[in-house]
Amino acid sequence: MSKTHALHGLRALVTGGTSGLGLALVQQLLDAGMSVAFVARTRENVEAIARACPLAHGIVGDVARKDDIYPIALQVVAGLGGLDILINNASALGPVPLVPLADTDCEDLELALATNLLGPFRLTKALLGSLAASAREGRPALVVNISSDAAVSAYPQWGAYGASKAGLLHLTRIWNEEMSADGIRFVSFDPGDMDTPLHALAVPDADRSTLKDPATSARELLELIGAPQEMVR
Amino acid sequence: MIAATMPIQRPRDAKLLVVDTAGQISHHPRPALATLLAPDDLVVANDAATVPASLFGIHVPTGCPIEIRLATRRSLAADDRCFTAVVFGAGDFRTRTEDRPLPPRLAPGDSLQLGPLRATVLMLLDHPRLISLRLAGTAREILDGLARHGRPIQYAHLRAPLAMWDTWTPIAGLPLAFEPPSASFVLDWWMLAAFRDRGIKFATLTHAAGISSTGDPRLDARLPFDEPYRISPSTAALINDSRSRGARVVAVGTSVVRALEDAGREGVVRPGEGLATQTIGAGTSLTIVDALVSGAHERGTSHHELLRAFLDDSTLAAIDCELEARDYRTHEFGDSVFIEATIRRDIPVPITPRGDPCLR
Repeated sequence: MSKTHALHGLRALVTGGTSGLGLALVQQLLDAGMSVAFVARTRENVEAIARACPLAHGIVGDVARKDDIYPIALQVVAGLGGLDILINNASALGPVPLVPLADTDCEDLELALATNLLGPFRLTKALLGSLAASAREGRPALVVNISSDAAVSAYPQWGAYGASKAGLLHLTRIWNEEMSADGIRFVSFDPGDMDTPLHALAVPDADRSTLKDPATSARELLELIGAPQEMVR
Repeated sequence: MIAATMPIQRPRDAKLLVVDTAGQISHHPRPALATLLAPDDLVVANDAATVPASLFGIHVPTGCPIEIRLATRRSLAADDRCFTAVVFGAGDFRTRTEDRPLPPRLAPGDSLQLGPLRATVLMLLDHPRLISLRLAGTAREILDGLARHGRPIQYAHLRAPLAMWDTWTPIAGLPLAFEPPSASFVLDWWMLAAFRDRGIKFATLTHAAGISSTGDPRLDARLPFDEPYRISPSTAALINDSRSRGARVVAVGTSVVRALEDAGREGVVRPGEGLATQTIGAGTSLTIVDALVSGAHERGTSHHELLRAFLDDSTLAAIDCELEARDYRTHEFGDSVFIEATIRRDIPVPITPRGDPCLR
């Protein structure tokens, strides 16, 4: 039996679901028999993915914008009839091209924090009631925050992104401490260096043959989600 | 009482009036609720999130501006596009609803353009502000339209317009209510942890709380409208187990009383979807609910009337005096009451279902 068999019938939201890891997740979660909603900023991209994956519920919104959070949550919960798994995947690099902190505009740091730290926090809060209801009904309730090795290592020029992802990593750990009694688990997942539009922005001259296929990372995350609870730490 | 004018769900100085089982009244800081409940009590709250149900637009045949407030519907089905709605003419929430102009003359079949949403008037419901309507489009298109164009129903007594985050309780889940199930503003995750620590159980149901006030006495006399609700098997099992052991069922909010007394009218709470059509008030025999946490409601509202199922008129009058004398705040963001006393009637009074305004 496939490890992802346990995912059948679960309801998931993927932010940043129209490219890279997010898109691979949308496709694989659907293949695993889940009900899937995804969010992205650009209406054309959302509609294109919704046409390609007609079972997925596409939602236009920007997790970095405070005013978008509740309209997103409204559509997710009503569209899926509840929520079991939230994957905070949408990410912003900060300054593009990457520059040292000393040359980073405050606005670029703010954007990275809004997208990578505040956005996941706000969206999680808006969806917490649904996740807790799911847990009370005996369903798994899980929040996956997409992390990075830049959350741990001090890579020069990755300051805005790294600081925001470090914050998200720590937030995830504290969420998990605080919400486990309510039956909601929080995990960080580091997908590795993938061949994605975000990576191309950060390292335009990278040798793409050395980069991971986002589908491979998505498969790893699905196995983690489908694994028995005690293994997801 | 005074109106709560700030949209703060849990003000630091929120008050709680408690009526104990002997009918004695006492006053507490509201966060003390967890210490006032008994171990093994089962607290049941309404986890409905609030739809931005106020839609501004144009009455297409006349070009006149209108505001539609979705008020209730018959079922929770995602593809149910028929709503009962209250209609206002020009203006916004800064005008008290009772002073708002009537909408243009509406007729069945009229089109309404509400931002990206299109609606058709189905019926006029024997009041110039009350209609049934159908929204056009797929369930997804309607959701997208509500999310982009809808605003929470606003209140003239608040200083600033409400945002969606003001109207979602901390436990808000499925967006099915048209106004916030505001008794749940009492709850936060810290309090839920305190419940757990004290052996107090917690469960939720989802009741599509309809519009709670229209500002029109003739219309308000018809409230509450029929409201659909859903009770999960796990919540029903917890309630039935508590009752069989003699443990108390504490409802957070009048909507929970309505749902539980409808689903449990035969003595056992049935899981699944139902439609609460009854009016609870003086003479109602409560079957399921033992105690109630609710807002500080003004005399004359349907919420206040519901308290008469719990309390005799002299106790209720004493509460009203205390709320008045101690400056309790009323309305959605106001203070709270915890009523542990219930009238146990020897002879059950049958509940008479009322007609529903949304005759499709």
